[in-house]
Amino acid sequence: MLNKISTLILPILILTILTWGILKKQPVYEQFIDGAKDGFTVSIKIIPYLVAIIFAITLFRTSGLLEFITAPIASITANIGLPLDVLPVVLTRPLSGSAALGLFSDLASRLNPDSYTVKLAAIIIGSSETTFYVLSVYFGSIGITKFRYALLTGLIADAAGIITAVAVARYFFN
Amino acid sequence: MNYIFYFLIAASIIYAILTGNTEELSNGMFEGANIAVKIAFSLIGIMAFWLGIMRVAEKSGMVKSVAKLLSPVMRILFKDIPKDNPANANIALSFTANALGLTNAATPIGLKVMQELQEINTEKQSASNAMCMFLGMNTAGFQIIPATVIAVLAGCGAKNPTDIILPTLIVTTTAFIIAIITAKIFEQNWTRQSSGGNENAE
Repeated sequence: MLNKISTLILPILILTILTWGILKKQPVYEQFIDGAKDGFTVSIKIIPYLVAIIFAITLFRTSGLLEFITAPIASITANIGLPLDVLPVVLTRPLSGSAALGLFSDLASRLNPDSYTVKLAAIIIGSSETTFYVLSVYFGSIGITKFRYALLTGLIADAAGIITAVAVARYFFN
Repeated sequence: MNYIFYFLIAASIIYAILTGNTEELSNGMFEGANIAVKIAFSLIGIMAFWLGIMRVAEKSGMVKSVAKLLSPVMRILFKDIPKDNPANANIALSFTANALGLTNAATPIGLKVMQELQEINTEKQSASNAMCMFLGMNTAGFQIIPATVIAVLAGCGAKNPTDIILPTLIVTTTAFIIAIITAKIFEQNWTRQSSGGNENAE
């Protein structure tokens, strides 16, 4: 049902916007072209910021440092219901969406997809965003270099999400 | 951000040297830079399309009407944005797109919001309160259907992959609310001048 709604919403939105413009006697074609011109500039402008963040994160992953950090933390978090297998997913999630999804896919194919571990990882992936990526792209597009409390807010929300995820997963799937 | 950037790179390189893992490191090094450009280029078409559509919505006065409708909620969350600013409507639109998992639409609209917020920003180098609130809410990743995750679960043979929808919704809502509260608390206690303790988080 909801999937059906989400495929309908975009076409309806586009239709409404264009119809509204025509009814108000607006030159919709010219306006569209005018707006679309900015698409290129904005996309190109974020490249340096993307290169910086993805470069740093790729190094962090390929050097093996991420795994090295994960191991000691895992022995502690296992006690509160966050299994060793889920931890890399948790730590990668704010950095890289595709890497986190890759780790999750690996997990789901290695373990039983109906297990607590896999379900918990699924909830964490589904309920969070790539905080670092979003911040660098969005701030990068307008040239902001001082993030103030935006990063801290994002990370606190992420942490709250993980704690809730463990509690909810225990309730639903344990 | 300077310290995080430096730490990620320096610690990774030192660790790779100590463990003799430099071959994989140098392979991965430039792969990341390539990926960045690919992502940016794949955005151009979608960005152009949405910014085109958004321009029509703006010029026809539709964005303003939506903004007026939502202004009570916006007043509480974003008190610095003027009442009839198009950012009000675009923020709402951005969250709608995110909630429905329409990532292709959400990014261009979100970037448009950032431009609008930058216009009313008093210090162009540093993030405004409205930006921090908007991105804080954004990174909480509010989404109704986690479609990709369900697809992976189904692909791996889960018996009932959609049973994660409700738990995910509970978690994402909690994170979303926490993000709003956190940003509100910081807004009151975080001074604009980057003096003293503020520098750590930047």
